[in-house]
This record gives sequence, structure tokens and C-alpha cells, in this order.
Amino acid sequence: MTNLLIALAPEAFLVITALVVLGIGVSAPKARGAITAATLLGGLVAAAALLLHPVDGNFLHGMVVLNPLARLFKLVLLGLGLVSVVFAAESFPKLHFAEALALLLFSMVGMMLLAGTEDLLMIFLALELTSLPLYILAAFAKESRASAEAGLKYFLIGSVAAAFLLYGLSLIYGVAGSTNLRVIAKLSGDPDPLLIAGIALTLLGFAFKIAVVPFQLWAPDVYEGAPTAAAALIASGSKVAGVFILTKILTLGLGHWTGTAGWGQFAPGWAPVLALMAAASVVLGNVAALVQSNVKRLLAYSAIAHGGYLLIGLCAADAPSLTAVLFYVIIYALTTAGAFGVVVIVEKQRGGSHLEDFEGLGKSSPVLALCLLVFLISLAGIPPLAGFFGKFYLFTSALANGRHLWLVILAVAMNAVSLYYYLIVLKHALVLPAPKETVPTAAPASKFLVVLLALAVLALGLAPNALIGPLSNGQTVKNIIINTLQK
Amino acid sequence: MILTATFLSAFLGAGLILLLPERRASLAKWIALLAVLAGLGGAKFAFLSFDHSPAAPDYQFLTWLPWIPQLGISFFTGADGISVVLLLLTGIIAVTGVLFSWNVTHRPRAFFAFYLIIIGGVYGVFQSFDLFLLFVFYEIVIIPKYFLIAAWGSTNREYGAMKLTMYSVAGSALVLLALIATYAVSGAQTFDLFVLSRGGFSSGFQAWAFPVMFIGFAVLAGLWPLHTWAPTGHVAAPTAVSMLLAGVVMKLGSYSALRVAMTLFPEGLGQWRTSFAILATAGIVLGALVALAQKDLKFTVGYSSIAHMGFVLLGLMTLNRAGMGGAVLQMFSHGIIGGLLFAVVGRMIYDRTHTRDIADLGKMDLLKALPFATLTFTIASVASMGLPGFSGFIAELTILKGSWIAFPWLLVPAGVGIVITVAFTLRALQRAFYPSGEPMPQSFDPITFPEKLGAVLLMAVTVCLGVFPSMLLNPILRSFQAPLMHHLVQEVTTK
Repeated sequence: MTNLLIALAPEAFLVITALVVLGIGVSAPKARGAITAATLLGGLVAAAALLLHPVDGNFLHGMVVLNPLARLFKLVLLGLGLVSVVFAAESFPKLHFAEALALLLFSMVGMMLLAGTEDLLMIFLALELTSLPLYILAAFAKESRASAEAGLKYFLIGSVAAAFLLYGLSLIYGVAGSTNLRVIAKLSGDPDPLLIAGIALTLLGFAFKIAVVPFQLWAPDVYEGAPTAAAALIASGSKVAGVFILTKILTLGLGHWTGTAGWGQFAPGWAPVLALMAAASVVLGNVAALVQSNVKRLLAYSAIAHGGYLLIGLCAADAPSLTAVLFYVIIYALTTAGAFGVVVIVEKQRGGSHLEDFEGLGKSSPVLALCLLVFLISLAGIPPLAGFFGKFYLFTSALANGRHLWLVILAVAMNAVSLYYYLIVLKHALVLPAPKETVPTAAPASKFLVVLLALAVLALGLAPNALIGPLSNGQTVKNIIINTLQK
Repeated sequence: MILTATFLSAFLGAGLILLLPERRASLAKWIALLAVLAGLGGAKFAFLSFDHSPAAPDYQFLTWLPWIPQLGISFFTGADGISVVLLLLTGIIAVTGVLFSWNVTHRPRAFFAFYLIIIGGVYGVFQSFDLFLLFVFYEIVIIPKYFLIAAWGSTNREYGAMKLTMYSVAGSALVLLALIATYAVSGAQTFDLFVLSRGGFSSGFQAWAFPVMFIGFAVLAGLWPLHTWAPTGHVAAPTAVSMLLAGVVMKLGSYSALRVAMTLFPEGLGQWRTSFAILATAGIVLGALVALAQKDLKFTVGYSSIAHMGFVLLGLMTLNRAGMGGAVLQMFSHGIIGGLLFAVVGRMIYDRTHTRDIADLGKMDLLKALPFATLTFTIASVASMGLPGFSGFIAELTILKGSWIAFPWLLVPAGVGIVITVAFTLRALQRAFYPSGEPMPQSFDPITFPEKLGAVLLMAVTVCLGVFPSMLLNPILRSFQAPLMHHLVQEVTTK
């Protein structure tokens, strides 16, 4: 019991922090500095709890499962959440600021619980705990019609997706008689038609969470309309949590029904479905991004494309590919969070996030422009940045068993196309002169964080084994996910 | 370690320049000069201390450090005769490029930082023996090219920059695909070129992997008909970048095609070499013909690069020591001559006259107004035409000798290409610098010292090489007997 308390201490600290922040918000709603400071302090305490007192184990029949991999992801999610908290100070409306940060914290709790569970019921609850605050946060800029539209769209599509997911999970439960992934994994033999329906519906539900075809429609409007700090969390943390838990469900619980997505050797299972979703997302995301004039929309389409790349690795479903998927999703989240950070500061400076608003950035704030260069070039997969190695690793391991050549060809080709739209943004930021003289806005905390993220993207590109090591050493992905596959 | 110093000095220089405060921006060119001089020093030391004795190892200056063991990736650099020659070329072009950019005052920090990143990447490619490392360096070059052209270029620069970048990245995508497939198929869990080149790839795999990888690299080398990025890009680029593009970046393509694609897939090469030889010859003839029709002096030089690079690719496809050795020599020779031509046209002439139209230039009486520029362009043209005494002559002659053995039926079109090259070079030279019409003398700023220094350096190298080609040919030819490449050479019995 005490172990369970220690295991859940980080989440508990975050909930307490959220309540404290709400309290400060009621008594001193204008003390935004104090509110942010309290939130960050709570986050750091949670991180300390996670790092200084690691417990591994399985509690409450798989409801809470902690191992090095889960703790690593909790730490990443916590970090991404705190990044959004810092950006929130620049991009959220002044009114009800404390409530916004409390909602961010609740969403972070949901993500962290999601990283540490192997139970369908808990997965669904944690997903909802992640999503509900994000729906509200998307609509938080109350004076903005775009924000209201973003919130409504996100909520409506999210609810439909949640319904799909709940239905899918309940069918899986119905067939397996348990909500525990390890018990579900014991099912074997020919799949029950109900199970097939359950898997398909689950995949559809997750397509919303990680913004891939066919549930990608919300992404551009939400990224554009939501307050940018909220969009940053939706694009980074929420995606990491979604990909991580999807990986867990598919490989830990449903490993028997993987199937193959090789050209001419389709075998029924979830891999071919994912392969189609991946192919459609990679093409749609990259092609639609070509014509965007708003950088946040462009990042949304690029997010759809990146969701597609991740699914390619998931289709391959062997140890190196899954390590590559988890590596890439972390890199992607860090990079996207950084890019949104630049957008936050530019928006504050120029009042918008259209391409024209980035003009002359190289002159007015060279450091910021350089960071934007790092992020976008990393997203485009150019060395020596982390995004390059992430893609290289992903494609290499997806191809390792020689089966997914068609997907890799498609992805490599579309990735070459993607450089075009990233360069268009960078052209506005670094080449074109500013239309009028602008004064750089002081946003020291956000700027510091953006520089830090850029350095991380560069460092992980030069020394990727710093992250692959913890992801792939014997104790983590291989033992926890793959062993069950092979049994 | 001396090799590592070449690219480290460039990257360190770029980092230092980025750290300069705005009021010290004028220091950027000095830092850049120091960095490229250090790089040239390293390259020159490697070239001179490369051991030629028969007992010496084929690959020298080897450095091996583990990097990403999970994928079998290591930091593995070294040099054979081909590497040291091209490293030396990079050093020379890098230094002269800085000299010809001495007048850059628009955002000098960013200019020289991007410039040095390209230089570092090029140095890196020429010494990598781990394919992942090579590809990393190869790709590092892409992005700075875009910004240098788009922000500091001239005619139609944004279009030219984007076209060039998209062609490069499309080529890289082909390379990446073939590279990943090679890794997967080999099953050796390594990117070490020495291990991968031991063979074991099935003919079926080689039959598609070779052309994919070769074309991917050859895009950058200006392989016809995928060359169209080169003239627009070269023309749009600022002088130093045109010099880099023609001088060394195009060589990245041909060098990597030889070092990686041809070395790994000898069987695929055997199946495809005739097709690529035909394309290379088409590049020679058509590049020269198009150059003949140009009104813009820089476009003339741009298309001449396609013709000269056609010789490189043709030479590589001969698979005999004369042809391939000549091809590497031609890489060096064209790097120097092409760099010199772009330097004259872009810096000495266009920066002063603000026109590159051959007819307009003809009215300016450049012989009197800019005698040094006229002299330099004349010497560069003569070298470019392939007259004896200059490096181009010996390179193209050895390539022709090689193709006489391998593809006798291509000798006629290639010879025609040489004749047209002479024609368009003489036409441009005569119309722009020695016109017959009424001269209208104008006065321009005199040629500055850094320009003269750079031009003299390049001219000295091409003459020196024309007189003593064995200086480079010996280390180059030696490399074709080394383990990586000896299986490529098929001397045919017509001797």
C-alpha cells in the first residue's frame, strides 16, 4: 500500500498543486507570476518524486504498472507539460489564468497515469482525464471566435472518437473477459469477429488521439484556434501519451493479431490497418501542408504526417521498430514544443502566426530565428538534428525485416516534399526583410526554454544513444513489450 | 586526427561567428579566413604526408570511434589517394571563396557561418568510411546552400535556391532509400563501408539498388537530364557559393557515387554502366550546345559545368584506371577552373558592371577597364577548353583514353563535345572581352587585393597541375588498387 502511494506520488503532487493554484486564483487572481511559479514548483516536486524514489511494480491488478520505461515516459510527459506551463504565461488570456494552469495540470495527471497502466478501464479513464481539460483549454481564449470553434470541434470529434474507443475496448473486454492487457494477451487461436471489431474501433479511437487519418480533421483548426500553449501540449504531450499507450495495447495485449503489412503478403491483423492509416496520413499531411499560410496550421498538417511516420514503425512491430517509434515520438514532441514556443513569442510580438508575421525574425531576434531553423529542419529530417536520426532509425528498423519497403519508399519520398514547406517558413523568418520595424518582446522564460529545447534537439541528434540507451536496454521495451509478443 | 581538424575547424569557425555580437560583425570574415586556412593547412598536410611507398597502407589517417552502437554506426574517417586529392581541392576552394567574399557586408555573420557549415560538410564527406556518417555530412550541406542563395544571391534567387534544394533533397531521398535497404539486406548490422563492400548482395538487389543510389548521388553531380538545378542555382548564387557549388559540391555527388554506389554494387554497375555512360555523354554534348546559346555569361559558365561534369561521369563508367583516374583528376581540375570562372564572372565583373549580358559586357571595353579580370578570364577559358599545359587537358585526355577502351563508340560524341566546348568558350571570351565593335570605355573600381590573391592562387594550381599531373594522378591511381576498389577495375584486353 505504501508502495502504491509512492508510485502515485508524482500524480498526487500535481493534483495538490492544481488545487493550490486554484486557491491562489481565487484569492489573488492577478498574481500571475505567483501562479506560474507555484505550478512550476509543484511540477518540479513531482519530477523529484519520480526521479528520487523510483518504485517498480504492478499494483491493483495492472491498474498501475511502473517500470523504467513507464517512468521515463512520465518524466517526458511531465517535462512537456511544464514547457506548456511556461508558454502559457505568454499566450493565455489574463482572465482565469489560474484555472487554465490547473486544467493543464489535470491533463498532465491524465497523461502520466496513461503512461503507467496496463488496464483497459484505467486507459480509458486516463485518456478522458487527459482530453477533457484540453477541450476546455482549446476554447479558453473567450474573446476569440477561432478559439471557441477550436474547442467545439475538438470536443465534438473527440467525443465521437471516445465513443468509438469505449465501444472497441468493451468488445475486447467482452471477448477476453478481462480488462488487463496481460490477460487479454493470453487469448489465442482464430480471432473472434467481435474481437476484430473491437480492435478496429480501438484503432479508430486512437486515430483521433494522435491525429492521423481518418480522425485528423480537428488538428488544423484546433492548432490554429486554441491558445498556443494549449496547442503545444495537444501537439506534444498528448501525442506522446497516445502513441505510448497505443504501442502498449497493440503489442502487449493484442500481439497475437499483428498480421503483416508487407507488399503482396498482407496477413490480417492490426498492422495492415495501421499501414493504410499511415500511408494516408503521410500523403495527406505533407501535401496539405504545402499550401498553408498559417504556421500553426502548417504544424498541424506536419503533425498528421509525423503521426503517419510513427505508425509505420508501429506496423513493423519488432523490438527495434518499437524502440524507434518511442524514440521518434519523444524527439518529435520536443521539436514541436520548441516550434510552438517560437510561435508563442512571435504571436506576442506581431499579433499573429501567419507567414508574414515571421518576416524579419532573423534580424529582430536572431536567436529565436536560429532556434526555429533548428526545429523545422529537425522536423524535415536533416542532420545533424535529432529528427534526422529519429526518421533514419524508424525507417531502418521498419525495413529491417524487408517487409515494409512500400511504406518506407512512400515516407522517404513525402519527407523530401516536406522540406519545401518548412523552407517556406524559414524563408520568411530568415531571408525576407521585416515589413516594419518591430521591437523584440521580452519573454525571457519562454525564450530560454526555446533555446534549451533547440540545444536538446541538436544534442540528441549528435548523441542519440543518450536516449536510445534507456529506451532499448534489456529492462525496458524489449522485456516489457516484446517478451509477451514472443511467448 | 589531422583529417578531423579540417571539418572541425570549419564547424568551430561557424560556431564562433554565430557567437559574435552585432557590433563585431565585421570580424566574421577574419574568423572565416582563419578557419578555412586551418582547414587548408590540415588538407595540405594530409596530402603531403600521405605515404606513397608501395608498402604503405592503402588507407591512412584512420580514426574510429564508436558512435551509435545500437545501429552499428561509428565515427570512421580516413583517406585514400582520392580523398586526399579532393580534401586539398576543398581547402583551396574554401580559402579562395572567402577571399572572393571579402566584400560581403550584408549580414556577414550569417553568410560566413552558413559558408563554413558547407565547407565542414564537404570535408566530412571526403573522409567518411562509415556510410551513415558520410550521409550526415552530405545532408548538412543542403540547408546552408538554400539560405546562401536565397538571401545573398542575385537573378531569380528564391526560385533558383528552392529548385536547387529540392533537387538535392530528392537525390538524397533516393540515396537514403538505397542506404537503408542496403543495411537491411546486408544483415551485417553495420554501416562500415569496408564490411559492406565485401559483397554478398544478390544480383537482383544490385540491379535496382545501384541505379537508385547512383542517380541519387549523380543528381548532385549534374547528371543529364537531372542537371537543370545547376545552371539556375549557380547563376542565382552569390560568387563564393557558385564557386563552392561548381568547385566542390558537385564533386560530392560524383565522389559519393564512386565511393559508395559503385563500390558496393559492382554487379549493378556492370548492368547499368552503358546507360549511364550514354547519359554522361549526352550531358557533355547537350551541356556544351546549350552553353553555346547563352546570352548571360554566368549561364555559359553554368552549362559548361554540366559538360565538364559529364566527363567525370563518363570517366567513372569506363571502369579502367585511365578513365576513372582521369575522372577524379577532372573533379579536381574542374573544381579549380570552374571556381575561377565563377569568381571572375560573379565577383570581378558582375559586382562592378551589374550586368552579365555578353553583348552588354562587350560594349564596356573590359580589356582596358578591368585588365586583370580579362587576363584571368582568358586564362581560365583556355584552361577550360582543355589546352595543353593546363589541368583540364590532361584530365579530359585520360578520360578519353579510358573511354576509347571501354566505349569506343562514345568517343566521337565526346570529341564533338570538346569541340563545342572550345567554340562556346571562345565565343563568350571574344564577345565579352575582345569585341570587334566600337568600345565605350568605362571605369570601374579596381580589382582588390584579395581578389587578385585568390585568382592567382587558382591559376597557379591549374598550371602547376597541367605541368605535373602525376602529383595527383599517382595517389589517385594507387587508390584503384586498394581493397575497396580493385574489384571495380576491369582492364580490357585491347592493350
